[in-house]
Parts: sequence; structure tokens; C-alpha cells
Amino acid sequence: MIVPFAHVLIFAAILFVMGLGCVLARRNLIMILIGVEIMLNAAAVALVGGSAYWRQVDGQVFVVFLMAMTSAEVAISLAMVVYLRRRRGTLEADRFDGLRG
Amino acid sequence: MIGSVVFYLLAAATLTATLLCITRTSPVHAVIYLVHAFFDLALIFYLFGAPLVAAWEMIIYAGAVMVLFLFIIMMLELATGGKPLTVDRRRWVPVLLLSLVTLACTVLLIIQDPSAVGSGPAYHVSPRDFGTVLFDRYALAVQVVSFQLLFAAVGAYYVGKGEPRKRGEQSS
Repeated sequence: MIVPFAHVLIFAAILFVMGLGCVLARRNLIMILIGVEIMLNAAAVALVGGSAYWRQVDGQVFVVFLMAMTSAEVAISLAMVVYLRRRRGTLEADRFDGLRG
Repeated sequence: MIGSVVFYLLAAATLTATLLCITRTSPVHAVIYLVHAFFDLALIFYLFGAPLVAAWEMIIYAGAVMVLFLFIIMMLELATGGKPLTVDRRRWVPVLLLSLVTLACTVLLIIQDPSAVGSGPAYHVSPRDFGTVLFDRYALAVQVVSFQLLFAAVGAYYVGKGEPRKRGEQSS
């Protein structure tokens, strides 16, 4: 390990909090999805760092599963973005405040 | 040690690019800064002995996912245009800084004697070991993830198919 494991975890935590702040602060659906991407990448940093720290391949394998999950999530959520835009004509998250069963 | 210096430089560049990404008003600028952050993250993964994950970070995240974002942004015409394309000096400062840091780290990694990566004490996972673990110990998980991708494709098709028809019109 070239750097202390704590520094890697701190880096991943800062990245995660940035993504969380983006999700909570921005009201554009695209920016919210970008914040989710940042959080998932922070998790990937922690996994790869742990894989290098304990010298096990399993962490890197889970990064691959994380990437597959991200691809599925992005496909579904961008289809939802296109659907919502077509239906309401906007992407501001505050406008989607009604439930109609 | 040169590796730790490269890590801290890359971490600072990643955090700066991410901060610039989440504060942009234009979604296109945000996506481009995030792509730059993914470049730096891929270098960090390579530094941690995960070259295959680094390559996939580039191919899947920067290459596929972010381009899908750009495609959707441009398809829905979300880019807040209107401003003329003038060359703004201040806009070049973060771009130049981030690009120089990334370039310097790449050059440092290349100079650092790549032959020492495999045999030295540094941790390094070859694609062969990676594939063995992935398709041997985690074979069931690979199946589950591929099912998940199939469901995602079907779901995206269903959601993006167009206007849902009313109940009574399904005769055709």
C-alpha cells in the first residue's frame, strides 16, 4: 500500500459527501443523477483501496458488479427522465409533487 | 516515494474536478468535468494495482455512461444555450490546472519503471487472476448481474416506449 488506508477512506468520504450534497442541493434531475454517479464512484474508490490494503481481488470484483449496477440504474433513470420530460415538460424535481393513483 | 505523491496530486485533482462539476449551472459542463474526474480516478485505480478496473472505469463510465448523459441532455435540449461562444480567459484556468496535473501524473506513472509493477512488492492484479476469481468464486453473482442488466434494458424500453395507451384501446 503506497499511502495510509485512512487517507484513501477520507478521500472516498469527501467524494461521497460531494455527491450527497449534489443530490440534496441541486433540483435538476440530470444533476441529481450525476450526484448519484459521484457517490457510486466514491464507493468504488473505497473498494479498490480495500482490495489493495488486504491484498484480495474481491474488492475489484465488486467494483465490476458496481459498474454493472450503475449501468442498469443509468439506463432506467435516463428513460424515466425522458418520460417525465415528455409528460410534464420540465426536469425540475420540485414540479413532480403530485401523486395520482 | 513517488507513488504517494502521485496519489495525493490525483486525489486533489479529482476533488477539484468534482467540486467544479457539482457547482456548474450548465449540465454539459458538469458532465465534462465529471469525465475529467473519472480520468483521474482511473489513474488512482491503476496506482492501487487494479489496471483492469482502471480500463473499465474509462470504457464504461467515461465512455458509455457519461456519453449517454450527454446524449440525453442534447436530445432534450437541456443545455442552457444563448450565450455566444466567446473565449473566456478565466474559464481556462481550472481546465489548464486539471489537465496539467493529470498529464504530470500520467508521465510520472510511465517514468516510474513499469516493469517493476508486476514483480515488485507492490500489489498488482493481472486480468487472468481477476477473471479466475470473477467467473469461479462469483459465478452466481455474474448470472444475477446479467439478469439485472436484461431487466434494466426491458424496463428502459417499456418506459421510453412512448405515451401509455388507455385501457380500452388495446384492441389493435
